[in-house]
Amino acid sequence: MAVKSESEVTWKDLEIGSIVAEPGSADQYPTGGWRSQKPVFDNTKCNKCGLCYIYCPEGCIEQQEDGLFEANLFYCKGCGICAEECPKDVITMVEEEE
Amino acid sequence: MAKRVGMEVSQAIGEATKLADVDVVAAYPITPQTHIVEHLAELVADGELDAAYIPVESEHSAMSACLGASAVGARAFTASAGQGLELMHEVLYIAASMRLPIVMTVANRALSSPLSVWGDHSDAMAVRDTGWIQIFTENGQEVFDNVLCSFRIGEDQRVLLPVMVHLDGFHLSHMIEPILLPEQSEVDQFLPPYNYPLPLDPERPVTMGAFAPPIIYSETKKAQEVNLAAAKEVVIECWDEFAGIFGRHYSPVESYRSEQAKVLLLTMGSFSETAMATIDKMREDGQDVGLVRLRLWRPFPTKELRRAVKNAETLIVFDRALSFGGQVGPVCSEVRSTLYTEEKKPKVISIVGGLGGRDVTVAGFEEIINRGIEIAQKGSEQEFEIFGVRE
Repeated sequence: MAVKSESEVTWKDLEIGSIVAEPGSADQYPTGGWRSQKPVFDNTKCNKCGLCYIYCPEGCIEQQEDGLFEANLFYCKGCGICAEECPKDVITMVEEEE
Repeated sequence: MAKRVGMEVSQAIGEATKLADVDVVAAYPITPQTHIVEHLAELVADGELDAAYIPVESEHSAMSACLGASAVGARAFTASAGQGLELMHEVLYIAASMRLPIVMTVANRALSSPLSVWGDHSDAMAVRDTGWIQIFTENGQEVFDNVLCSFRIGEDQRVLLPVMVHLDGFHLSHMIEPILLPEQSEVDQFLPPYNYPLPLDPERPVTMGAFAPPIIYSETKKAQEVNLAAAKEVVIECWDEFAGIFGRHYSPVESYRSEQAKVLLLTMGSFSETAMATIDKMREDGQDVGLVRLRLWRPFPTKELRRAVKNAETLIVFDRALSFGGQVGPVCSEVRSTLYTEEKKPKVISIVGGLGGRDVTVAGFEEIINRGIEIAQKGSEQEFEIFGVRE
């Protein structure tokens, strides 16, 4: 199904009762837009313990092939839990610029 | 051939629901609705109705269970009244917004406190804006017929909305009346099977009632409003086709001896039949009066009402509920709003009465009409008056 962006959807485009008829379509929703701060990783300090990956409530921190971690900013809401929990202070929350 | 049977109106609702072959009944008993759900429980227990009967722990759960049943494609029914209807209030909005064609009969009852199990329209007015199609009835046959019509209207693919059938508590729910019970084959001819287009189905997953941020919520509400307003034509079409099969016809606004009458009374529900007797008497006495009855309460029959009252000079609106702190009775408020933009319109007078089960007799309606005429001529110190209240 061709998905219109939210700002383009008219009332006539909606399914009956605004049903979401496409399973799994929530992954098209950019919750990253809610973010005011983003996590920045200083991987020189990382020991690959994976606590950031475990604690992320959005499940948006992914392990890369080299074993290091990265946040998917399409979904990351900038809550900062990863930065709080990281025992090595790898992660710093940085203000989003305009 | 239809059979003419004497039965309590509540029991007749059970029979209509059985003929509609509902799949799920989820209900919590409350006076004066109790006999409706008791009779349905008997029909299920006796094997006469093949349905799941869910004796829930509250009205909130009753409506929630109906919602789930309707969402998987089952035909669902419940009934409530007064405080019970209030307890299911938030779920009523959800049923309508999700567009699930549940049918509910409401044996209209006053709201506490003080505790009153008797009838008025306070409960109906409290759920006015929930998005349900709402029909008011005047006698047992009308209730029976409109339960059948409600399934067909609500389940129509152009509509897909829940429908409430209002009947006055005790004045209708507990009356024994002659009811014409149609054959199953006639009902089957009139009422096609329920077929929800996007049911909850593991083979084709959907999400109902999902989250809507500000950027999309207005669009969902516009779609809902357009859909409910458009349902009026389907209601009218259903009533026309019902008349073709069963010979009894209903309209959104019904008039009684109102042609060219200078003074009109407007009523809703079973008191309309008493008011008809009053009109007959006053006409015999040579008075130029008529009656207009509002049958379809939601979607509001704006065009039909304007047409029905356009030639009158005085329109007395009789409300069986108060809108606390408002200007006039709730029905009168809507009637005034309907007529405000018209060039030619009657003076609209608000009289409230019949609260908490207090009767209004034939003579009572004559007093109401005469007082309405007096207010139209001389005015009143009050925006509305409560009929029969002891000062």
